[in-house]
Amino acid sequence: MRWLLKKDLLILARSRLLVGVLVLYPIAVALLIGLAISRAPAKPKVAIANLSPPSATVELGGTRLNVAHYYSQLLTQVQPVPVATRAAAVQAVRSGRALAAIVIPANLAARLSSVTRQAHVEVIYNSNALEQSFVRSTIESALAQANLQLSNQIRQVAARVIGDLVRGGNLGVAGTPQNLPGLGEIPAIVRTVIAHHPPAADRAQLRRIAEFAEFANQNLGVAHEVLSTISQPIQVSDAYLHGGRTPLDAYAVVVAVSISLMFVCVLLAAGGIALEREEHTLARLVRGSDGAGERSGRPGRAHPGRALVTRELLIAQKLLLAAGCALMVAFVLLAGIGAFVHLEWGRAGQWLAALAFAALAFAALGVAIGALAREVRAASLLAFLLSLPLAFLALVPAGSVAGGLYDAIRVVSFVFPYKAALEALDAAVNRTTPGLLISLAHLLGLTVLFAALARLGLRRVD
Amino acid sequence: MNAGEASTSESQPLLSMRGVAKRYGEREALRGVSFDAHAGEMVAVIGPNGAGKTTLLSIVAGVQPATSGEVRMADGAAAGRGVGWGVGWVPQHPALYSRLSVAENLELFARLERNPDPSAAVATMLEQTGLRERAGERVEHLSGGNRQRVNIAIGLLSDPAVLILDEPSSSLDPRQRERLWHFIGALSQRGRCVLFSTHNVAEAERYAQRVLVLADGEPLFIGSPVELARAAGSEEELGFEGAFVEFLRKRGH
Repeated sequence: MRWLLKKDLLILARSRLLVGVLVLYPIAVALLIGLAISRAPAKPKVAIANLSPPSATVELGGTRLNVAHYYSQLLTQVQPVPVATRAAAVQAVRSGRALAAIVIPANLAARLSSVTRQAHVEVIYNSNALEQSFVRSTIESALAQANLQLSNQIRQVAARVIGDLVRGGNLGVAGTPQNLPGLGEIPAIVRTVIAHHPPAADRAQLRRIAEFAEFANQNLGVAHEVLSTISQPIQVSDAYLHGGRTPLDAYAVVVAVSISLMFVCVLLAAGGIALEREEHTLARLVRGSDGAGERSGRPGRAHPGRALVTRELLIAQKLLLAAGCALMVAFVLLAGIGAFVHLEWGRAGQWLAALAFAALAFAALGVAIGALAREVRAASLLAFLLSLPLAFLALVPAGSVAGGLYDAIRVVSFVFPYKAALEALDAAVNRTTPGLLISLAHLLGLTVLFAALARLGLRRVD
Repeated sequence: MNAGEASTSESQPLLSMRGVAKRYGEREALRGVSFDAHAGEMVAVIGPNGAGKTTLLSIVAGVQPATSGEVRMADGAAAGRGVGWGVGWVPQHPALYSRLSVAENLELFARLERNPDPSAAVATMLEQTGLRERAGERVEHLSGGNRQRVNIAIGLLSDPAVLILDEPSSSLDPRQRERLWHFIGALSQRGRCVLFSTHNVAEAERYAQRVLVLADGEPLFIGSPVELARAAGSEEELGFEGAFVEFLRKRGH
């Protein structure tokens, strides 16, 4: 086997362009995909015409809320293009300088202060459907966030005013009487008055006032919680299975490395075995391996010779060559990215195991493809056509497509090595589940399956 | 002489085929081929396209198994006089690594054949095939004729008793063909049994002691070219090629 390995390495060394493309292309693709996954989508450019005076405030229950705070909330989720007027905002959208515009009217504070009338913010989109879909969700989210912030402030003011009513004392609002009794104190005060009051018909009225004060006190006492529930009926709490959240950057590393590994492995293995056919050397190498060396005269099998290489050994050699080269590229890539993204170097052994098993499974797939193709170009094309969709299918998140389709995707992803490789690497790098051992066993099974298919493909050598 | 019978030679055959047949699914590519070939003999396999010539040679070479029948080598021949291979095979298309040099190709196959002295075997082959000056040149830069020489050199690396050549002269110009047959003739004179296929029946008449005629997988004749012309009943007028065509026509092909 070592002479075949030496031969293939010599051929590779003399095909510098091929090797360059084979190494650089997957790395470039992997990095692009990694960047696409790890980077948050770019903030859309949105023209903002804030027509409210800079000092506009909303006064609620003696508390002043600054409208500028609402404005600044909007800015966190978009790339603002400040404009002075509504017309300028429209022009910015028309000219393409901004994908949309938000117009905050001059009367925003007055409307909010009135409490009885809703305030309005105008959003202007252009007519391009693609751009609309890109920017709409961002703006809606930004507006919802800003509204929520404002509503929280209003709730806090309302809760404080109600608290003052229940507790009494000085409300701190100009013009209100000092040392007011709170609703909580009124029943006791009224009962004291009743005790010293001559029995008469108005005692019943005083009792009613005391009962009302008690009832109001009890119910307004929970007003704070009720207001919180109204302003945010559903609160989200995060729970992560498998021990913790995988940082997006770390997951992107896993995706990038696994894609790189897949391309190098599948292309090298497919090209390596197809080259033997293209150069007509396959028959020369394996001739005699069907009943090789047998001289028994068994009908149809007897042949006076032995193979230079058995088909099984040839498959194993191509597997090792492709897996070895790809393993090196992938480990260097992983280590290189590790300089920018935090990775646990203490788990390097697990990375290597995951990379090695994944490389073998990918190489087996490549050998199976190469065994079917008659020439290197056909094998490479087939490898590309098969690998790319497999990688993308494995990255389709659950719930993003219809149930039946997702089941079909799961089956396809299960019988090809990409998903298993991704899970193994993710488990090795990020400690996710299914555990590393299960993924490695899956990859081993796929290696055997594709190696068997390759052996079947090499049945005919002519 | 009818095909399917043993050869006329009295000596023990080096190569012996009995009832060799090959099927690809429903299609019968070869049926009941039997013949013997002897040391120092050159046997040409001729026939129209699709006759089964390449199939027959690839079975003898061990590239594919026969569906039925057997291929046998004489005792001692299977082990080769050198290192193991009894049958040297020269496929129709040069089976070489084009990115390797002539010497690297020869050395690789010598090592794969477990030749005890690969360097000596390479040197001998380079000398015999006249490729010593081209030893360091990559195969991809060689002419068709020189590639075929390397192809043959690899087939001879193990010093086989039987050499199988599948249309060895098909890609060569007349001058190269002449050189090639001179080289192969010398091998035969040194005691090797040479079995070759060709579309050029004039080559078969000129260089082969016997010809095996195949048509649609069926062996129609085995004997000397003169005997074939006689069997066609037109020895003088048509020449060997005409006699061959006439023979096929009479047999319904």
